[in-house]
Amino acid sequence: MGSDAVGTTSLKSSAYVKAAGWGRGLSTLLRITRMNLRHPWQVALAIGSTMVAVILQLLIPQLLGRAVDQTQVAIGGSVTVTAAEQALWTPALLLLGASTLRGLFTMAQNYFAEAVGHRVAYELRLACYDKVQRLSFSFHDRVHSGDLITLGILDLDGVRMYFSTALVRFFLLTMLIGIGACMMISTDPVLGLIALSFVPFVAWRSSVTQLKLRAIWLDLQERLSVLGRVMEENFAGIRVVRAFSAQAYEMAKFDIASTNALELAHEQVDVYVPNTSAMTLAFFVAMGLVLWIGCDKLIAGQISVGTLTTFLTFMTILQMPVRQIGLMVNGFARAYTCGSRLFSLLDQDITIGDASGARPLEIGEGTLRFDNVSFAYPGTGNRVILKNITFCARRGETIAIVGPPGSGKSTMAHLIPRFYDVTGGTIMVDGQDIRGVTLASLRKAVAVVQQDAFLFTTTIENNIAYGDPWAKEQPIERASESAQLHNYILGLPAGYKTVVGERGASLSGGQRQRLTIARTMMLRPSIVVFDDSTAAIDAATEQRIRAAIRRFAKDRVTIIIAHRLSSLKHADRILFVDNGEIVERGTHQELLAKRGRYKALYDLQLRPGDDIATTFGGAP
Amino acid sequence: MAKRHANELEIEPNDSGRRPPRAVVGSHRIEEEIFGRAFDKNIIRRIWAFVRPYRAMAVVSLAALLIFTGTQLLIPLIIRYAIDHAITPAGADASALLEAAVAFALAILVNFGAAYAQETVVGKMAENVLFDIRRAMFAHLQKVSLSFMDKTEVGRLMSRLQGDVNSIHEFLENSIYSVGDIALLFGIIFVMLSVNFSLGFLTLSVLPALLIIRIVWLPRAREAFMAAQETNSVVNGALAEAIQGVRTVQSMDRQYVNFVLYDDKAHADLTTHLTAARYAQVMVPIVDGLTGLAMAVVIVVGGSMIMNGRVDVGVLVAYIFYIQRFFDPIRSLTLQYSVMQRAMASGKRLTDVLDVRIEIQDKPDARILAPEMDGSVEFRSVTFGYDPKQPVLKNVSFRVNPGETVALVGPTGSGKSSAMALVHRFYDVQQGQVLVGGHDVRDLTQESLGTQIAMVLQEPFLFTGTVFENIRYHKTEATREKVIEAAKVVGAHDFIMRLPDRYETQLGERGGNLSLGQRQLVSFARALVADAKILVLDEATASIDSYTEMVIQKALRKLLEGRTALVIAHRLATIRGADRIIVLQNGQVIETGNHEKLMAMGGLYSKLYNLNYSSFDDIPEEEADPTGQAASRT
Repeated sequence: MGSDAVGTTSLKSSAYVKAAGWGRGLSTLLRITRMNLRHPWQVALAIGSTMVAVILQLLIPQLLGRAVDQTQVAIGGSVTVTAAEQALWTPALLLLGASTLRGLFTMAQNYFAEAVGHRVAYELRLACYDKVQRLSFSFHDRVHSGDLITLGILDLDGVRMYFSTALVRFFLLTMLIGIGACMMISTDPVLGLIALSFVPFVAWRSSVTQLKLRAIWLDLQERLSVLGRVMEENFAGIRVVRAFSAQAYEMAKFDIASTNALELAHEQVDVYVPNTSAMTLAFFVAMGLVLWIGCDKLIAGQISVGTLTTFLTFMTILQMPVRQIGLMVNGFARAYTCGSRLFSLLDQDITIGDASGARPLEIGEGTLRFDNVSFAYPGTGNRVILKNITFCARRGETIAIVGPPGSGKSTMAHLIPRFYDVTGGTIMVDGQDIRGVTLASLRKAVAVVQQDAFLFTTTIENNIAYGDPWAKEQPIERASESAQLHNYILGLPAGYKTVVGERGASLSGGQRQRLTIARTMMLRPSIVVFDDSTAAIDAATEQRIRAAIRRFAKDRVTIIIAHRLSSLKHADRILFVDNGEIVERGTHQELLAKRGRYKALYDLQLRPGDDIATTFGGAP
Repeated sequence: MAKRHANELEIEPNDSGRRPPRAVVGSHRIEEEIFGRAFDKNIIRRIWAFVRPYRAMAVVSLAALLIFTGTQLLIPLIIRYAIDHAITPAGADASALLEAAVAFALAILVNFGAAYAQETVVGKMAENVLFDIRRAMFAHLQKVSLSFMDKTEVGRLMSRLQGDVNSIHEFLENSIYSVGDIALLFGIIFVMLSVNFSLGFLTLSVLPALLIIRIVWLPRAREAFMAAQETNSVVNGALAEAIQGVRTVQSMDRQYVNFVLYDDKAHADLTTHLTAARYAQVMVPIVDGLTGLAMAVVIVVGGSMIMNGRVDVGVLVAYIFYIQRFFDPIRSLTLQYSVMQRAMASGKRLTDVLDVRIEIQDKPDARILAPEMDGSVEFRSVTFGYDPKQPVLKNVSFRVNPGETVALVGPTGSGKSSAMALVHRFYDVQQGQVLVGGHDVRDLTQESLGTQIAMVLQEPFLFTGTVFENIRYHKTEATREKVIEAAKVVGAHDFIMRLPDRYETQLGERGGNLSLGQRQLVSFARALVADAKILVLDEATASIDSYTEMVIQKALRKLLEGRTALVIAHRLATIRGADRIIVLQNGQVIETGNHEKLMAMGGLYSKLYNLNYSSFDDIPEEEADPTGQAASRT
């Protein structure tokens, strides 16, 4: 499957899955079945136990019937009461044995069915995790992270449940109803048919109900997540709410979301209750008929009281499993939609990976060269983001890239470690095309300090050593000193062991950026790119970080993308980018002398207030 | 798939000393107490307050439930009656059979009706109570003091409003069904004993065995289930983290290490689930074995009673029916214990939220701040601290005249933001007074005060929704023209028109698809639409690119036109443009005047200004340090 065939929508909506048709659905189910069969012993044990358990279960009504009949023997007077009493021990013990054994085999059936599911889930988890980690940035740009998480949690669960809720249950129900029906009908065709009469109705109602409930459930989850979002945003933005005295408005927003969800919750009840009640009624109607006609036959002497007992207990045994037909249908339907979505992720092509025969990058002089590079984001057609970018940077040099927002600065940074592949031209490191070297070696050599720092939920220490988990304490502390973070960390209650990230202590934007800088400094890369990574750090701290970076820059190529021109002044070369092209290049002095775009920007920034101060709020 | 272990990672050649990497994926949640006491009178009372409005429904459902249970008990008895009359040696009694058929038909119709009524009513009532509790909490949180909201994590509140209310819901539903279970259990016991005491007694003797096994089994099984839940949340958390942090993972080339670590977590999850499955399934043969035993007893003992003519065969059949039902109530009742423990722990946390005191309330005779008021703001000897023992504002007095723009300037922690919060009465002062339009803010309704004061916060916070909805925000009466007009004034119109759906463009979470500068402009437009006489503004500190900066300064000028403004200023451009500058240090006003006057004074302001930073926040701490030279000179 091509990567283009599967876009955001396919992973998100079931519309795509539905359009794929039954052939595709069947192949999905077959694929899950094959995954189950990779655990042949457990599958065999589960199915085998199911069969034994079903047969034992069907024996129970027979044994009960026989026992009941035996109690009548003495009344006929053919045997003595004592002998008849003695004879009762046989069916009683058989019953105890059959029931206990059925329990044991049902236990085995359920356990191995669960085990197969969990083992498949384990394998799928690893496959998903691996895939997610290796899919390129453009995939992750396209697919919403929330959808991907849902896929890896809920859809994976749907596939896991396939074996126990769909496949094993299919065997169980077919055998139970099939063999049971044969036994009943062969005993007494009329009573047998009446006893089974509720089965088609319940099978139909429970299937329809389950599918409907699932649709409602999915919708309800959606509405609950809207409600959750209303509440969460209210709390996170409580100052805005209070500042505008918007409590009443927020209550109204809450009430709408809440009512919407409540309506569906009620609908759930409205769908569930009439259907289950009707199913129970259908069952009892059939039982009533069995009882009535059975008693008639009993009076006529056509059947014994034991046979009637057999029919009645058979019905009670059948009642719950027949209701589960709906769950089974739902199990198949769920596995089919969840599986399709999950496999469409697992079948994604990895567009950025090692070329065949890729060799590790060899760093010699440490020269980075952009040669006539052009770029457009995949899937955006001809919207060219970068065109004809050519420049060269040697070890020890600092290159600064400036330009208006959206000019393509960050994109340039993202091309070097191959977060995206160029659409034209080449990028070379020491004469080697970066597409010809292994990804791991390239990303070891090239580090990008990102704008939005991501913190993992773990200690600060682990976060700093993220790229070098075997690092000792000293280099970690040194890196955090350079990033002006050391003193702050020491002030925290647990120091470097403080847990940060989503579930830990929160850091300010500036602190996060400093942590990211420290994290990158740990890597000792040959080429380092600072992608607007100091925006949230105050200028003074930035100065000190710059000084540290300059010491750090001697052995490498440094590329800086930043807004504050003061932080770029010392660069060896400044590239002014506009609209995807380099329009001016040179040192700070040269560019000022040119009196072009750079100079205009510089003037704007040097005296931002001058034009404003004269007009703004001046004394009335 | 081959199993890999994290300790393999230690062999990596990176380091001579073999120690595990400083790396984890997925983290354990900081768990809250899930199980406490199973019964707490106070909590029950509080929950009851929410059920009270539906007590009629509760009574109806209980009645329906008891009727339902009654029919369940009755059906085997009708079967017995039918069978006994069908095989009477004296010859079948046709009318008795018809009676039985009618009784059966009635019983199942009543059963249908009762089940329908009871499940519908219980289901809906429990949902209603759940939504009511949530609404009450949400409404309460709209009124509690900001200091409570500041110190409570959003995630924690969300788990109150989602997880905890759900366990109350579960509790309510289960409680009603438990009543049914108890009724069924005692009903079966009663019927079995009264039909034939000795046979009933012998059959029922297996019940305590199951009860004891369940009680021994329950705590162990619960532990296994919780372990499975915990490992599951860890693997899911690890996956979510890998997805959200994928850009960092890839750029740091951590895929391999992470995969191996994840494998460990996933494998642990597999193991705990298999253990949990073993615990869950072990009950199956026990229940089945005990059922078989009870049946064997009925057959041997009951059979011989039949032969001796002490009971009819119908009794035997009825008993077989009862035996198949009497383990169910025990199973659900033992589970109900855990449900109750969970509900009490949740209920405690819910009432804790509902009981947070509302500190700032309108006085009974609070006045409405008229829109015609002059728009002045005055601080009179204000002393305030979040902790009264540590005031952040000490005896601060100043006045902002109608239409004037006053800049508050000072190092971090000087009390600027607190002063801003007091104007809106987010907190109450400890001493002195804050006056708006000549009225003490404590004498005004909060609602009217909020309408006359527009605030722009340092961090622009946007809500999920369209651009239009964000600019309009609570002013639902604002027309589209008015919104576009405001956007044009602050210079946001151009970029909005370039968005895919213009004003109807959906903003991502927190306005994620807009840049910081753009979000700032939208928040300015929002303040403009609010159309208040007084503007309180905290200037953003983060540096934005010069192009956007220029637009923002222009927008600011428009925003301040014709309003009284109190600005926490960081940028020199803003500060110099103000009519008056108030320099705060350590919670005290140390200098006031316009730029020229303050420069002439040669105090802290002029010193800071002469350092030549474009923003006061950029000044290194040691230079702005109040205990340093700067302070000693003033």
